[in-house]
Amino acid sequence: MSNCKPEELLAATICRLVLDPSQPTARHVAVGAASPVPAAACYLAQKLGYPIRLSLLARNLGNPFTDGTRELFDLTGQGRIDLFFLGGGQIDGQANLNLVGTGEWPGKGVRFPGSFGSAFMYMMTPRIILFREEHSPRVLVDKVDNISANGTSPPGVFRRGHAQALVTGRCVFRFHPDRARFSLASVHAGETVAGVRAATGFDFDVPGGDDTAVPETPAPSDQELALLRGAVCDEMLETYPDFCARVFNRKQAA
Amino acid sequence: MNLTDLESLAARVPDGSRLAMPPDNSLPSVALAKALVRRGARGLRLVGVPTSGFATDLLVGAGCVAEVETSAVSLGEAGFAPRFSAALRAGEIVMKDATCPAIHTMLQASEKGVPFMPLRGIIGSDILAHRPDWKVIDNPFAAGGDPIVLLPALQPDFGIFHAVMADSKGNVWLGRKRECATIAHASRASLVTVERVVEGDFLTDEKLAPGCISATYIDAIAIAERGARPVALLDEYRMDTAYISDYARMAKTAEGFSEWLAIHVFETRAAAVA
Repeated sequence: MSNCKPEELLAATICRLVLDPSQPTARHVAVGAASPVPAAACYLAQKLGYPIRLSLLARNLGNPFTDGTRELFDLTGQGRIDLFFLGGGQIDGQANLNLVGTGEWPGKGVRFPGSFGSAFMYMMTPRIILFREEHSPRVLVDKVDNISANGTSPPGVFRRGHAQALVTGRCVFRFHPDRARFSLASVHAGETVAGVRAATGFDFDVPGGDDTAVPETPAPSDQELALLRGAVCDEMLETYPDFCARVFNRKQAA
Repeated sequence: MNLTDLESLAARVPDGSRLAMPPDNSLPSVALAKALVRRGARGLRLVGVPTSGFATDLLVGAGCVAEVETSAVSLGEAGFAPRFSAALRAGEIVMKDATCPAIHTMLQASEKGVPFMPLRGIIGSDILAHRPDWKVIDNPFAAGGDPIVLLPALQPDFGIFHAVMADSKGNVWLGRKRECATIAHASRASLVTVERVVEGDFLTDEKLAPGCISATYIDAIAIAERGARPVALLDEYRMDTAYISDYARMAKTAEGFSEWLAIHVFETRAAAVA
């Protein structure tokens, strides 16, 4: 499927990570505000027949929560959200996230919007998938300037899980909390391991130390693409009109 | 009930007050924020519940704000909040970064009238390192070795938000946007703008009552039609994205922001015909 859009490849890739059989089952997945690609990935999993409860924070009409914005955090505190997505203005090689800003605290260089719920969600959700489309040395840094949410915790600090993976516009990394390092799982079509290395500010592992053994990220199947452009887009049109217009070339009825 | 007009509502807020406001996915009173700019409020301490948006950027840009305590400030799809970012860079405001559930928890402590509440997570984040008012203790109910964060109760002077309607008794209805209820319960008083006032008592209507905030918590109400604009109001009106993009573009510079204020807040100048 060479004619799929980058967002479609990313959605299908994240969908596979959501459904990864080696991970605890994702029964209830929450998706944050500015996350149309993860939302598409989760809708795709639903449309493929997996019974996932999907709570989209960004939904205006039909929002899943009735107890205010704290309900997501209360659910997560209890362990009732299985999977959440996080990104970052900076992400480092130990999977620390910076959503605050560059330079001295609180972002004297470039101020990002802020941490949102990351300092809580990262530690209290059993599974986290990191997603940041821009894959460049300014985003993927050796060490973040400020830690909004830490990738690992010392023994004894309550924590339900860690990053499962980091998906970017160039590749998929797996995260290994035991050694606090990423390894390269696959590179997207048109990318090379050397190219990924050059665009990444942190050091990462390549399985077996063999660059040529890193596979290409599988393209979406015909079925997945048809679902993304059809049933998934139908679900997303109300909440993400710009995304649906840009990626699926579909406009909301007036 | 205490029904007043918008400018009088703003006049009830003394300089230096701590104001709790909901973000742009809830029901901020942008109308009251504009009235505070017109009244020339100074030294306000804003609390974003749990994040901040358009109204905060507006108040910061107009020089009304001394401190912002929140988990993020953003104009959503229109990008970073330009006047907030500029004020932070210039050192004109004190920023107290938090994380969403911490804001909720500090307000919930106030709701219950207890001095603090614990919250999981956060340990290892630089947010905690920059919050000397947040403490870590060892969970006294565990056998030991279970550190947990304690957050102090946060009691704003005023809760400020918009609601769909008020009734004859001064109750307001805003549906499921319950962070506004948390704001109202935790604050010393709330000042609320509404689209309209209707006869009756919402609390006697079993369908309306769960989406109400009782008059107990509310000091005064003013009618402000389209008072959340450019933010959406439930299913009554949508987010005005063109208005926000226009603001984001003009507010990139102090001059552009002043011009925007003249057109949209002081209304001393007409908008250029597009």
